[in-house]
Amino acid sequence: MESTGIVVAFWVLSALTIGAGLAVFLSRNLVHAIMFLILAFLGMAGLFVTLSADFIAVAQVLIYAGAISVLLVFAVMLTPLASRDNANSLYVVPGVLAGLALAAIVGFVAFEADWAALSGAAADQRASGATIEVIGDLLIGRYVLAFEIASILLLFALLGAIVLVHERTEPAVEVEPGAAGGELARESREPA
Amino acid sequence: MSVELGHYLAVSGIVFGIGVAVALSKRNAIAVLMGVELMLNAVNLTLLSFSRFSTAFGPDDEPLTGHVFVVFVLTVAAAEAAVALAMAVLVYRRRETVDLDRINLLRW
Repeated sequence: MESTGIVVAFWVLSALTIGAGLAVFLSRNLVHAIMFLILAFLGMAGLFVTLSADFIAVAQVLIYAGAISVLLVFAVMLTPLASRDNANSLYVVPGVLAGLALAAIVGFVAFEADWAALSGAAADQRASGATIEVIGDLLIGRYVLAFEIASILLLFALLGAIVLVHERTEPAVEVEPGAAGGELARESREPA
Repeated sequence: MSVELGHYLAVSGIVFGIGVAVALSKRNAIAVLMGVELMLNAVNLTLLSFSRFSTAFGPDDEPLTGHVFVVFVLTVAAAEAAVALAMAVLVYRRRETVDLDRINLLRW
């Protein structure tokens, strides 16, 4: 971590990420807030690159800056009558205070703790190689059970999202919210 | 001047604080979800910086385990975003609003 380029990149990317995060909080328009959120995700991906995490940085750009932000824009566009403004609720003061307190505590610990004893340039010998082979080995080897559980989680999240927003074709009969899931699931198996 | 673990942890803490403030104080359900995504991102930065800088690994430990954790956090974040946004759309379809101050059906 000696070269000047990395230091400059760290400060520029940190300023970009934190500034974009603040803009998410401060901007009045929800769509502008999503755009600033994408900027914060990209700055975070740059920070991941300065940590020699190449695969995670690419995955961050693909998943966060690509997929999740598109999902957010879709959600905003699918709720047209809802307010477009990024207004604060009644709990703005406790919310901001909680955020400030958390940031202050973590920042205090980060600067006061003696990291030098347990941190250093130990990871430098692997910084030359790509990380993706090791990640793949760990995913299929030591963490294969968690990997399979994550795939099942993704499958059920996909099914759950489809079942939740599935639109009934017949005139809507008001059902109990608890029974709605089962009924929708039954209907979705039959072709409309 | 060099960049060390503390710098990354401080940035991560600030971004996490911004995420908490957004998630707690926004009125729109989608904006709350944006705050949650910021918090998850800050946690990813913490995991990656410890994985990069820490020397407290034993001989059998793999320092890139932190990267594997981040992969799982990304997976859960994607699943959570999909389900939560589907719920926001569903609530909007029934209540014509995603204003969290007006969705108080479960309030005691």
